[in-house]
Amino acid sequence: MDDFLDTLPQMDLMRSEKMTLVQLIIPVESAHRSVTYLGELGLLQFRDVSVVVDLRSAFFSFTKPIESVAVFLRNFSLNADKSPFQRTFATQVKRCGEMSRKLRFFKDQIDKAGLRCLQRHELDPNIELGDLERQLADHEHEVLEMNSNSEKLRQTYNELLEFKIVLQKASGFLVSSNAHAIGDETELHESTYSNNGFIESSFLLEQEMRPEPLNQSGLRFISGIINKDKLLRFERMLFRATRGNMLFNQTPSDEEIMDPSTSEMVEKNVFVVFFSGEQARTKILKICEAFGANCYPVPEDITKQRQLTREVLSRLSDLEATLDAGSRHRNNALNAVGYSLTKWMTTVRREKAVYDTLNMLNFDVTKKCLVGEGWCPTFAKTQIHEVLQRATSDSNSQVGVIFHVMHAVESPPTYFRTNKLTNAFQEIIDAYGVARYQEANPAVYSVVTYPFLFAVMFGDWGHGLCLLLGALYLLARERKLSKQLAAAIVCCNFLLSDSDVIPYALIGLWFSELREMVIFGYPELKLGSFMEMLFGGRYVILLMALFSIYCGLIYNEFFSVPFHIFGGSAYKCRDTTCSDAYTAGLVKYRGPYPFGVDPSWRGSRSELPYLNSLKMKMSILLGIAQMNLGLILSFFNARFFGSSLDIRYQFIPQMIFLNSLFGYLSLLIIIKWCTGSQADLYHILLLLLAFIAVPWMLFPKPFALRKIHMERFQGRTYGLLGTSEVDLDVEPDSARSHQEEEFNFSEIFVHQLIHSIEFVLGSVSNTASYLRLWALSLAHSELSTVFYEKVLLLAWEYENILIRLIGVVVFAFATAFILLMMETLSAFLHALRLHWVEFMGKFFHGDGYKFKPFSFTLISYDDE
Amino acid sequence: MYGFEALTFNIHGGYLEAIARGHRAGLLTTADYNNLCQCENLDDIKMHLSATKYGSYLQNEPSPLHTTTIVEKCTLKLVDDYKHMLCQATEPMSTFLEYIRYGHMIDNVVLIVTGTLHERDVQELIEKCHPLGMFDSIATLAVAQNMRELYRLVLVDTPLAPYFSECLTSEDLDDMNIEIMRNTLYKAYLEDFYKFCQKLGGATAEIMSDLLAFEADRRAVNITINSIGTELTREDRKKLYSNFGLLYPYGHEELAICEDIDQVRGVMEKYPPYQAIFSKMSYGESQMLDKAFYEEEVRRLCLAFEQQFHYAVFFAYMRLREQEIRNLMWISECVAQNQKSRIHDSVVYMF
Repeated sequence: MDDFLDTLPQMDLMRSEKMTLVQLIIPVESAHRSVTYLGELGLLQFRDVSVVVDLRSAFFSFTKPIESVAVFLRNFSLNADKSPFQRTFATQVKRCGEMSRKLRFFKDQIDKAGLRCLQRHELDPNIELGDLERQLADHEHEVLEMNSNSEKLRQTYNELLEFKIVLQKASGFLVSSNAHAIGDETELHESTYSNNGFIESSFLLEQEMRPEPLNQSGLRFISGIINKDKLLRFERMLFRATRGNMLFNQTPSDEEIMDPSTSEMVEKNVFVVFFSGEQARTKILKICEAFGANCYPVPEDITKQRQLTREVLSRLSDLEATLDAGSRHRNNALNAVGYSLTKWMTTVRREKAVYDTLNMLNFDVTKKCLVGEGWCPTFAKTQIHEVLQRATSDSNSQVGVIFHVMHAVESPPTYFRTNKLTNAFQEIIDAYGVARYQEANPAVYSVVTYPFLFAVMFGDWGHGLCLLLGALYLLARERKLSKQLAAAIVCCNFLLSDSDVIPYALIGLWFSELREMVIFGYPELKLGSFMEMLFGGRYVILLMALFSIYCGLIYNEFFSVPFHIFGGSAYKCRDTTCSDAYTAGLVKYRGPYPFGVDPSWRGSRSELPYLNSLKMKMSILLGIAQMNLGLILSFFNARFFGSSLDIRYQFIPQMIFLNSLFGYLSLLIIIKWCTGSQADLYHILLLLLAFIAVPWMLFPKPFALRKIHMERFQGRTYGLLGTSEVDLDVEPDSARSHQEEEFNFSEIFVHQLIHSIEFVLGSVSNTASYLRLWALSLAHSELSTVFYEKVLLLAWEYENILIRLIGVVVFAFATAFILLMMETLSAFLHALRLHWVEFMGKFFHGDGYKFKPFSFTLISYDDE
Repeated sequence: MYGFEALTFNIHGGYLEAIARGHRAGLLTTADYNNLCQCENLDDIKMHLSATKYGSYLQNEPSPLHTTTIVEKCTLKLVDDYKHMLCQATEPMSTFLEYIRYGHMIDNVVLIVTGTLHERDVQELIEKCHPLGMFDSIATLAVAQNMRELYRLVLVDTPLAPYFSECLTSEDLDDMNIEIMRNTLYKAYLEDFYKFCQKLGGATAEIMSDLLAFEADRRAVNITINSIGTELTREDRKKLYSNFGLLYPYGHEELAICEDIDQVRGVMEKYPPYQAIFSKMSYGESQMLDKAFYEEEVRRLCLAFEQQFHYAVFFAYMRLREQEIRNLMWISECVAQNQKSRIHDSVVYMF
């Protein structure tokens, strides 16, 4: 039996990939290229050597005498406790940061100018960092210079524009106020101008009058322009400052003016303040300054006004032409940058990643080599070797990269090779916890059990078909959608920040890639987070739909309409009129309906009791089966990790307990289904066995552990120190972290106690928990019955076309939103719970950590 | 409802308290400061800060950095965080949060008024103002010639208006006047804030009264020390002390008549909580006093996080952030001026 199991071919997903800890000793001259090539391969996860050292030094300082700590520190002080800016390649990282800042600047400028950057993905591998840096600096200088030039021009332009507006608007006030002033003083001329506002006539009058009519009454004015939203406060302040001795006139300027600081268009109002006295004048000017109101002198003389207006207009048109030319020039320059912006962004990001990785390496004593450690899947060793050789030959290095396997004490990362289909399921499992290294992977089983349990709750082949259509739509557009996403990712992750991750992480439990999720959910992209969530789980949906159709056929549900698909019903009426069908029931006249539930049950008085009994028992059977699978997996885990203790004192009593109580129950259910006979629910022998199993799983294991511990450390109180010091001398670079496990019996015992209690209580509550399968499926079928009978059929009874139409619409919406969306979601979540708690709780540790290789494809998702 | 905050606090305050506590986790730790102290230039500081909450605010700054840029951006981040909390807050928490910024408003008013007195450019002054203490029409302060005008023109619209009732004089503004005005305003502000917290009741009142009492006592000591040897009379001096706190009322009597720093020390050593601060210093020394007080304040602010369901966490958080920015400013100054040996003089570690 054991031989058979061992000779079975390895399945990728059953257990995570075998990982190896490797050490790389790379000559300095080929370091950059090697790391770049490794990033392209993407199968090696570098470990930060300095961090490891930190941990170890902390550990040793407690367990070792001072001398060995000193030796240790001498060996490791190279990279120990280095902050990011003290690392070897800190300058390069800084340069990359500076370059990406410039790139962000360009991107910003291009976006502001309303241009588009080209989407090109090919990379120029030979681009030199220094060259690029120079290029970028040149471009930045150019753009900045143009910006400052155009800013100056824009400033002047704005001022002139404002001046023009003030001239136009304020002259209106002046004319009318002149009118009043003059009106008061010289009644003689009233008839000439009182009712015509023509500038011409007032102009004539003006000439007739002497130069400064306003000053005669000691009245002066200040005119200017101010932001619309500040206007009210401005007026109030003026009123207060002058104690009401002023006249405030304002009118909106009809055109919007660009605010130079934010380059946004703002609405402004032209104002004219009339006041008297020098003191008031200084006050008002100060207030204007404080409110950022620009004052422009408007001559009272109309001739001068017109002359000035002409001048301003001509200068404005000149400036406009210059500005246009400037912005054309600038757009050209930006276009040139935009042409290769994406390429540069990718290059810089890759370079930065390479240097970040190089920073994780450590100079050896001679300062000629870099020493690094990392995890790689065992199968990838040859590939990595080839890549490193290629790097050596490409960089014309005399010395090759030394690549050798190391012995690791700590647990390796967990790495599953998934494909499009299994990935989504693996994510569901990982959302609960990343599997411990090489432990049995529940994702393998959940590919089938997950959609199946979902379908048990969602059994309706009509609804299933709808889901199937949705899933097929997603699959049909798979290529297009993923391309769209990829483009969006490349373009946008430059602008994303980390804080956006969290909300979307909560929404999408089963996203194929956390990074992708950020991008999918990012509101600027038109794809929509919900759509993308669906897209990520398209294969899950497909399987869920297929299984729902299957279960729906078994339940014989199609929007709660019974169908005779697999032949006729086994029942018929007693007489031809079928009058007593509801009271006395039907008679069975031939063999059972070949597949699923007989359609005649639908609508009968005993429909509910019959279906409830069926579904309830079925849920129990499914639950017991799945929990047994979980226990069996715990057996395989124990066998794989060679822990016979777990098999003997945990697996066996647990199996006995579960099956003597609930396994027997399942057996009785099946027997009753097959023969119709009712057996005794309790079997005294089985009950006894279950009682024995409880202390069996509680007591022996902790005691056995203590015995093993005592034997191992008998008479070796001083042994540990010597051996680990030898280790230290022999292999100073290794990643060993010596874990001296403190054996604490009471802790272990309490742990075992909790575990046992949890199992005993859990086997009851978990079995009960599987009844949700029945409950949800009942709820689903009842809901669809209600919508079908109480909405659609009721509406159909009326002859009125309008009512029928309303009925159909209500039915369609209820089906789509309540049954297809909400019910799908709830069934999904319940299936999730059944897997996470009831199934995985039996064997899954989930305390591993994910394998995160250094890979350019992954890095391109990484934000800045 | 004293003692029953746990029942209802989370209805309105739970989310924000969670935010404040989350932000607190982002405060720089001793390890961060140690790393920052090792920086060789300001770019190193930027690089280190890029891994913290300030990262996104500094990342777009071109490379030759200045201390002012760093401080400005860090303050901007603080203001953004504050504004975020303020928009989420409901009454009475929003009022509480508003109270936190009144202190900055007073400082800004004083800054602008003093600046105008010395004929500085208003725009330049406004740039120097703390953004938390900005209010509309702050620039108009420059127009005012005396306190009465100041009040009538500008401050009547601001929340500071009630505090002004005590210092309304028609005297022209001068440096002394302004300093007295600042302290009178501060006194009125602290008392008002204290009263407000008492009105809120519960743990908020308990913790805030402790924090504000410390603040009031610190101000009292500072006023005393700064007014030694000036023409401020004892009576006037006593008027500037806030009417609450550990030193009120007997300590104030004694502080009012102090003539040199050792007398102040003598007074303060009678109060056990302050004994520790003064016992750290040698006689006749007052330079380290600020730092000692800051350290004590930070210690008390950190303690505010130990209790739940109260508003003092927001106060404590804002104060800690301000201290953090002060620390960053000091470190960047030291790094920029190559005075790394003096870094530890003024940095107050928090966690």
